[in-house]
Amino acid sequence: MKKRYLLVLLILLSIISLFIGVRKISLQDILRFEDAAMRTMVLSRIPRLISLILAGMGMSISGLIMQQLSQNKFVSPTTAGTIDSAKLGILFSLIVFPAANTIVKMLISFVFALAGSLLFMFILRKIKMKNTVIIPLIGIMMANIIGSVSSFFAYRYNLTQSLSSWMQGNFSMVIKGRYELLYISLPLVLIAYHYTNQFTIAGMGEEFAFNLGLNYNSVVNIGISIVALISALVVITVGRIPFLGLVIPNLISIYYGDNLRKNIIPTALAGAIFLLFSDILGRIVIYPYEIPISLTVGILGSIIFLYLLFRRNH
Amino acid sequence: MIEIKSVVKQYGRKRVLDNVSLNIEKGKITSFIGPNGAGKSTLLSIISRLIGKDGGEVYLEGQLVDRIDYNDFARRLSILRQTNHINVRLTVRELVSFGRFPYSEGKLKAEDLEHIEKALEYTQLQDEQHKYLDELSGGQRQRAFIAMVIAQDTDYILLDEPLNNLDVKHSVEIMKILRRLVRELGKTVVIVMHDINFASCYSDHIVAFNKGQIVKEGEVEEIIRKEVLEDVYDTNFVVQDIMNRRICFYY
Repeated sequence: MKKRYLLVLLILLSIISLFIGVRKISLQDILRFEDAAMRTMVLSRIPRLISLILAGMGMSISGLIMQQLSQNKFVSPTTAGTIDSAKLGILFSLIVFPAANTIVKMLISFVFALAGSLLFMFILRKIKMKNTVIIPLIGIMMANIIGSVSSFFAYRYNLTQSLSSWMQGNFSMVIKGRYELLYISLPLVLIAYHYTNQFTIAGMGEEFAFNLGLNYNSVVNIGISIVALISALVVITVGRIPFLGLVIPNLISIYYGDNLRKNIIPTALAGAIFLLFSDILGRIVIYPYEIPISLTVGILGSIIFLYLLFRRNH
Repeated sequence: MIEIKSVVKQYGRKRVLDNVSLNIEKGKITSFIGPNGAGKSTLLSIISRLIGKDGGEVYLEGQLVDRIDYNDFARRLSILRQTNHINVRLTVRELVSFGRFPYSEGKLKAEDLEHIEKALEYTQLQDEQHKYLDELSGGQRQRAFIAMVIAQDTDYILLDEPLNNLDVKHSVEIMKILRRLVRELGKTVVIVMHDINFASCYSDHIVAFNKGQIVKEGEVEEIIRKEVLEDVYDTNFVVQDIMNRRICFYY
């Protein structure tokens, strides 16, 4: 699994992704700049492709950073309360500022996601028992508590349906003008790349980091902020994508190890590939209809997850 | 020199370090010995600023350690505590390279590479340098962490039970590496040790702790003595000279 192969695979899947859909578009149409074909491309297909790639990269990198900072392979934005806090943030903005635009909603969601993730890291530091299984369980419990708060208020304010439509991971609604917020994740990925060595060192523990002269707390805070921001962006634009942040970094770590400088690019590529593939699958299984990506991602993700679990036991 | 002046540490009402004063001399191996809970590791953590203290001062070459900034400190003093909980998949070389982090912030220069090579040579890990840590034996793993500290190139190296979980061969290897660091590079090494005979054979100076206080400190001949050790450990000891070494029997 060389980086080059991952890149080729990504390009191949991108091309496939551009050319499947209810409306048949051929290469000739594009070369002739045929009007309707171009419009479909620019308004729907390209935005969908870009959002898939950005969300895939963003979520897998978020998972990678989370796993490194919590020193636990089973932690990801979905098992650390980040996503559920982001969801609570969206609900809060729907109730308190119903007229606010998406950027404001995203910022509110980010603040909640940040608070939730920091709370998780805080709990993590207070627990003496660093058991591999206990830590993600605590994260999942925390996520469920936050989720139930959301459910409670969603019922009170009759927003259950609207909230679940926000959260349902779905790229079929992505069109020009509704996904551009995701571009913010690009500079975040670059910042994450800049801090890769620091994240790797922080992943070996506070004392270890201190010995190498690293300000552990500030590195953790930077990492968590990046994760929270990317999570909020993805949740706002496309909804919740399960498993991605969990399985992709684990899969890549088998081949590239845990040195972030070395594995962050393969992780990002593999995340995009995984999401693209799941999306294409969802679009062709019951063609011309689509099944939501959260379903395909869930199925593929859980298969990989089971593989990782069995592999661990050997 | 590290000067420790009336250091106090307490957890709740329990004093784990009670007014400890000590000078650690440069260019020597100093071992901390004593029963469990005597305060040896705590003092090591306080010197290296991993934990705070409730009283007293620690000076590193005349400078108050609390006043030294993170990065500067990491270039002058390194601390290695138990590493068995670290399960990050890094290769030996990657780990050793992180020893240069205080200098390079990740961008390795020619000088950094030299230090990395030297550290691998000292610990004889050249052949294992591209293996992942989880593929190594316990002894090699421990040597890899020591190699990282060697690459860090600090004048002072503090080690908390570096022989823990190691068999005899690997323990001897580690101690020989440390002796070589002192002899050839003039490093100052401070070790918390459980094995008294290892302390006796490889130390220049021994500090015996009990109940948060220093019972006695001095050269090997002054500390590895029946009456001192019986006082420190509250167990019967027989001490004999074997091949010019002081060896204890307490079994």
